[in-house]
Amino acid sequence: MKTPAARGPVSSALVALLENQNADAEPGLTIELHDLADAAVRGTADILHDEDLQGALFTAYELRYSGLDGVDDDWEWHPDVLALCATIELAFEQALRDRVPLPPLPAPGVDTVAAALFAMAAADTGPSVSRYLAKKATDEQAHEFLIQQSVYKLKEADPHSWAIPRLHGRAKAALVEIQADEYGDGRLARMHSELFAQTMREVGLDDTVGYYVDAVPAITLATSNMMTMFGTHRRLRGAIAGHLAAFEMTSSLPNRQYGNGFRRLGYDFQVTHYFDEHVEADAVHEQIAARDLAGALTADEPELLEDVMFGASACLFVDGLAGSALLAAWTAGESSLRVAESVGGQA
Amino acid sequence: MTAKGDGVESVADGARVSITACPDGPLLVRGSFEILTPTGEVIPPRRKTVALCRCGVSMLKPFCDGSHKAVGFRTEPEPPTAQPTP
Repeated sequence: MKTPAARGPVSSALVALLENQNADAEPGLTIELHDLADAAVRGTADILHDEDLQGALFTAYELRYSGLDGVDDDWEWHPDVLALCATIELAFEQALRDRVPLPPLPAPGVDTVAAALFAMAAADTGPSVSRYLAKKATDEQAHEFLIQQSVYKLKEADPHSWAIPRLHGRAKAALVEIQADEYGDGRLARMHSELFAQTMREVGLDDTVGYYVDAVPAITLATSNMMTMFGTHRRLRGAIAGHLAAFEMTSSLPNRQYGNGFRRLGYDFQVTHYFDEHVEADAVHEQIAARDLAGALTADEPELLEDVMFGASACLFVDGLAGSALLAAWTAGESSLRVAESVGGQA
Repeated sequence: MTAKGDGVESVADGARVSITACPDGPLLVRGSFEILTPTGEVIPPRRKTVALCRCGVSMLKPFCDGSHKAVGFRTEPEPPTAQPTP
């Protein structure tokens, strides 16, 4: 994707290093990057809402996905990029461990963990973006909603796929079963990221991966960064399994509301297909994810129980923060985007 | 690695259909199956594994749409699966 614009000193130093063509300058740029990152991590008031640190992590992580235009792919595994990620991840994970509520742990097992996960999702009192979209959102807000969602939805399912080779047995089979459906079961037109791209095009938005990244706030990047962090660390395989379970459990009913919102605004099936598909798909996925993925994982690897519940709760917590930010802006009559003019396209 | 050696057809082969009764939720159906309308027409499958409504509230019947959670649908405790009671 197009390299995201810098949001502060760390992301600026990262972009300067990645785009540097002068080998002699590299050591200095590297030292500056690490010094700035160390200082920013020490000084951040709230890393979940830190534009610079979430932006830098998102940019570094994108090397693991579609790459960055004009940036050498070798940077993905370069020790200095990995060290930057580790610096931010350490503080990011600690903030999540400190702030995400952890319910009393159930006994490891399919039925116990599935029941605990469903209970956690049912008790979630997060903001209802779906209800707002269904009943109140303006056409401009509906566009903003898609822009916010596009950061993840254009690579939908990818962060959880990292976990496939990190799992085995029942949990692996379950994750592959879910992901195969996410990727359209071999039919490109049914791949969920493709359906989302279609929805964007149909409402006049640009479906290029990363096109709107500069417009979304840190907390939206944090929802995506959290998934990538959980997915790309084998140590956190329990957390990514729990995350997927919670994500699927809070999907089918809201997606019906999203579809209703776009229908209310006059859009047809070409636009709502993505949401309608998720009502049915995620009613399947949530059962597989809760029982055969997360539940079976705790039965096979009981030491992962706490991380499974942590990952699920983290999903609800961080998505709740992102939803709160969205609704706070909208109810105040403001844009939820950093760059409001991004709606409808920018250069 | 396969179940063939013990004379049991493997669900993974598609030779058998499995139906999982999910607690407080739908029936999860895997394998090779057809869902028919009352007049015998095949309802085109949209995915390999489907969830069938058993709370009666789904707006996508026969498929589940997650509505059982909104209405607090509860199933009886599951019978033991491994060791049937005598």
